[in-house]
Amino acid sequence: MHSVSVDKGTRNVNLYNLTISEAHRLLKNKEITSTELTRAVLDRIAGVEGRIDAFLTITAEEALAQAAAADRAIAAGQCGPLNGIPVAIKDVICTRGVRTTCGSRILDPFIPPYDATVVAWLKQKGAVIVGKLNMDEFAMGSSTENSGFKVTRNPWDLSRIPGGSSGGSAAAVAAGMCLGALGSDTGGSIRQPASHCGVVGIKPTYGRVSRYGLVAYASSLDQIGPLARRVADAALVLNGIAGHDPADSTSAPLAVPDYTAVLGRSIKGTRIGIPREYAASAGLDPEVLAAVEGAVDTLQSLGAECVDISLPHTQYAVAVYYVIAPCEASSNLARYDGVKYGFRADEGADLIHMYRRTRSQGFGAEVQRRIIIGTYCLSAGYYDAYYGKASQVRTLIVEDFKKAFEVCDVIACPTAPTPAFRIGEKSDDPLTMYLSDIFTISANLAGIPALSIPCGFSAAGLPIGLQLMGRHFGEEAILGVAHQFEGATGFHKKRPEI
Amino acid sequence: MNITKEEVLHVAHLARLEIEESAVEKLAGQIGDILAYVDQLNQVDTTGVRPTSHALALTNAFREDVETQHLPREASLANAPQQDDGSFVVPKVVG
Repeated sequence: MHSVSVDKGTRNVNLYNLTISEAHRLLKNKEITSTELTRAVLDRIAGVEGRIDAFLTITAEEALAQAAAADRAIAAGQCGPLNGIPVAIKDVICTRGVRTTCGSRILDPFIPPYDATVVAWLKQKGAVIVGKLNMDEFAMGSSTENSGFKVTRNPWDLSRIPGGSSGGSAAAVAAGMCLGALGSDTGGSIRQPASHCGVVGIKPTYGRVSRYGLVAYASSLDQIGPLARRVADAALVLNGIAGHDPADSTSAPLAVPDYTAVLGRSIKGTRIGIPREYAASAGLDPEVLAAVEGAVDTLQSLGAECVDISLPHTQYAVAVYYVIAPCEASSNLARYDGVKYGFRADEGADLIHMYRRTRSQGFGAEVQRRIIIGTYCLSAGYYDAYYGKASQVRTLIVEDFKKAFEVCDVIACPTAPTPAFRIGEKSDDPLTMYLSDIFTISANLAGIPALSIPCGFSAAGLPIGLQLMGRHFGEEAILGVAHQFEGATGFHKKRPEI
Repeated sequence: MNITKEEVLHVAHLARLEIEESAVEKLAGQIGDILAYVDQLNQVDTTGVRPTSHALALTNAFREDVETQHLPREASLANAPQQDDGSFVVPKVVG
């Protein structure tokens, strides 16, 4: 990473590479202004967006106005940890007055009349929003290839996918196009792209962060979380968005700790559970396995104790997910009918015709596939065999985790079974694509917090991620372990050359 | 698990989707593959297991029955593809 002290002559060269903590210190000490920082980030976006395609909307004008406001706050002696920090938002999260598409043609155009709670809270804390990030349509996908607009490329290798569905978020953070980003995670959509792009990504506990203004995919699984280049930065953004929100009846009415307080604490004696089923998973790349085993050795050298655990039902997690998520999606996406917002096809003979034409022309192939699967699984005669059965196996997965957390504090395993694959490699085979979420899905089904942190590189130079999972509302434990790991390793210091 | 072309078309109609004739066969194959994969759930004995529909044990979230702010009508209508006289406009529903 670059020197934290700012040389007046070269400051614009690498301000966009600052961590949030470093930028905050420089802003607070008045060594830089948010306007300078924001301009550096916008210049960086202008310089690399043509190759990365991470953004669906760039809000330069609004960002510079927010930066000026942040600078006025600093001049008045107010500089909270996120004040003046340029961030970007996955385009599934509503931003008042700024186009929000969910990566779908069916919401083009849609200008939300309100901010999502997380956006409102970030703005209140002085964060600067530089734009909206590309994603798989309605967050359905693992590669960002399902976007209705464009394919985002991995900054480490432009011929490869950045992961998904928050691929724009991970690529933008990795390439220095923002200091932090928000993503959403329904089956791994923050962690898998974080892993593929060599950044930190956290899916908080279900209910930790308000979903108000997050466009729904699978409501019992969806959760908003941060992506950043450092564990401490992710903790700072999580501090900014976590908490009870009366507008989301599933958000938890619990006090939120300061997630930076745990950073730096020794992990001596922390029990790390290693699921014995995962090493034998079909499709696990040997380079990923080696990197994760190396990471576990590092954690042991830091004083953590490894515990052998078993999660016998997680082998069914992908199957459970691909019933429950499409069922919930088929219901949630019924609202796109060409009446209230977004796209309407040329009218057919009657209302039903208009609905069908609008939805078929507006939704992409993967979204239509999942709506059909969900509708099928919920239809008369199949409900018990599919949705009922999957919901029962979900219980067994929840119980597996409960048992595991009786003997360990944190679970460690790979985030994704392989490094980033090539664009087009899996796009014609939905089932193979689904299996890239094999390690991440169970945390959504159980509602537990999980994060991905860089833990190595493949021989081809592609990032590999370590996943850490914790107990419900146990974000501090996984952040603490991740922070110690980061401090003991250098993987986070390497940046893609772009 | 096989799913026929007719079933795909029926379910697509229920979901208010219109699938092109040329795409039905491929879609039926893909959905059949996914359902066949999902069928492995039948290997699991779930006798007496309660279903989980939600990861956290939440009870109803009540609030005081007091008036709160809502979007004004104009803001609610602003994104409509077609609106008139403060209402959404849809194709004729009854004859």
